[in-house]
Amino acid sequence: MAMRNPEEIKNLTEPAKGKKKMSPRDKKRAMWAYIFLAPQIIVFLGLSLYPIIMSYVYSFYDWTGVGPLEDFIGFGNYLQLLSQSRFWNSLGVSVAYIIGTTTLAVLGGLILAIILNDARLKGKGFYRALYFLPVVTTTAIVGIIMNNIFGTQGLINDVLTTLNIVESPIPWLTTGTLALLVLIVVGAWNGLGINMIYWLAALQSIPNDVYESAQLDGAGFWKTLRYITLPLLKPMFAVIVLLSLVSGVNAFDLVMTLTGGGPYYATETLDLFIYNFAFTTEAGGSTRMGYASAAGVILGIFTFFLSAIYGLVSFWHEIKEFFSKKKSAKAVKSS
Amino acid sequence: MITTKRARMIMHVLLMGFGLIWVYPFIWMVLSSLKHNTEFLAGGINPFPEDPQWSNYPDAWVNADFGAYFLNTVIFTVSVVAIVIILSSLTGYVLGRVTFPGKTFILVAAAVIMFLPHGYTIIPLFQLVNQLGITDSLLGVIVAESAGAHVLFILMFTAFYARIPKELEEASEIDGSGFLRTYLQVMLPLSMPIVATTAIMQFIWTWSSFLIPLVFTVNRPDLRTLAVGMQNFVGTYSSDYVGMAAGATISLLPVMIIFIIMQRYFIDGIAGAVKN
Repeated sequence: MAMRNPEEIKNLTEPAKGKKKMSPRDKKRAMWAYIFLAPQIIVFLGLSLYPIIMSYVYSFYDWTGVGPLEDFIGFGNYLQLLSQSRFWNSLGVSVAYIIGTTTLAVLGGLILAIILNDARLKGKGFYRALYFLPVVTTTAIVGIIMNNIFGTQGLINDVLTTLNIVESPIPWLTTGTLALLVLIVVGAWNGLGINMIYWLAALQSIPNDVYESAQLDGAGFWKTLRYITLPLLKPMFAVIVLLSLVSGVNAFDLVMTLTGGGPYYATETLDLFIYNFAFTTEAGGSTRMGYASAAGVILGIFTFFLSAIYGLVSFWHEIKEFFSKKKSAKAVKSS
Repeated sequence: MITTKRARMIMHVLLMGFGLIWVYPFIWMVLSSLKHNTEFLAGGINPFPEDPQWSNYPDAWVNADFGAYFLNTVIFTVSVVAIVIILSSLTGYVLGRVTFPGKTFILVAAAVIMFLPHGYTIIPLFQLVNQLGITDSLLGVIVAESAGAHVLFILMFTAFYARIPKELEEASEIDGSGFLRTYLQVMLPLSMPIVATTAIMQFIWTWSSFLIPLVFTVNRPDLRTLAVGMQNFVGTYSSDYVGMAAGATISLLPVMIIFIIMQRYFIDGIAGAVKN
């Protein structure tokens, strides 16, 4: 889906006329444009911009979520967060989950995509749908099913004990490290299909004649992969990893239903931490929406920097080139 | 890339075998939903039910309220999909075809706002819906779920409408149609492929939505969607495993069927998104 550049669009829709004065037809079209945009703008201002602003405002108040917003405490919530070990623990769990799922899902998706990109392989559409299926299924329900399958008397332990691989059932979800591992594996399973589709799209953008000439030069499967396919995929690698990292920030649906954050907060991701303080009273009698908002702001900034740093590192070469071009352009101008 | 016939056969066996394990949780879910609870507990690893208990489904549908949850989910999903299609199509049409004062400003402002870090916006949304007096209603859940700019869909509509030749629009105007009529009778019908892609993608996302329905139906158990109802069901009847499996099957089957029938639209939509 190539977008036309703005100039082209302009030429298409704007009759060739003077720049300043609008014809009656243009005036009428502009009026209709505002009418068409109005619903989206109202929704955007009310349901996007307002909540974004207020998500910062609330974070400076000691506020349960009920009653007026009165107790302004400056950075009090933030200071308390930074000194709470449960907060740091949840941040660590989130980081482990994000890195674990991204590594597994991006690499697994790449391997599958390379296999399925073979033009002579039959039944590609079928395999693609098969491996994509977990992506479209409701994550919260998948979490409940997986909670059962990984339970002490669940399917996995049944299989392992029947085949005499282990003697007694493995406590998958009641040991901290194992529960985190299960969470990561299920998260990767859930997200692998979408990475496969990203990689397939990237592979299909490589022109066929590149492969043909490689074949003429006598390059085999592995050589083609190593010297042609992978280097050509490099620019897409950055985008796909970034998408996976950012989507890993939202683990709520899966964590809530698969482990509930337990045992003893061992799998409490930051977004579950926020939910627990905002909407449950488990941490001392009442909800703490101000406190949760502060944690939400930290999560938002964390995500922002994650993408910003990653973008800078990945596109360092392009950015450097861009600035050196600008410099040389300036030099040409001034000379 | 794989040359010999034999190598390709091995590849098929691997892809099928691994694929079977890949989707086995769903096969397990469907087969378990037809077992008896005692059979499920004693059953070991035999996946097939001895004597299919079809009555698990009416039990889940009526007694465990999955029928009501299903209806709520349908109303919720269809409304959100309709709202998203209307908003993105209108916006995309204007951005793709009309030049008007303030266009650049709107685009830049929207891009900057979407790019900046957000806090936990569901709390203000919750408060807002409260103030509007539509909490504890399906309308509140629908409004909250429709929040956010649907950037991907707006971009898809913008690109599509920008490609339509202007002669078509002019011809329609010569026939005496105004701006609105041209849009409704000429342009919108032409954009049906984009409408379909938007519908299928948004349908699958909204059907699976969990956090917003969870938060917004907390005081109204009768308004729960399937995902929220499931979560509550396992919390209340933790030993009714076959009921869980039947409920999960009822919740997942519609999206799976729709995905299998319409997978082209969905997968192409995602592939197109990353290419841009």
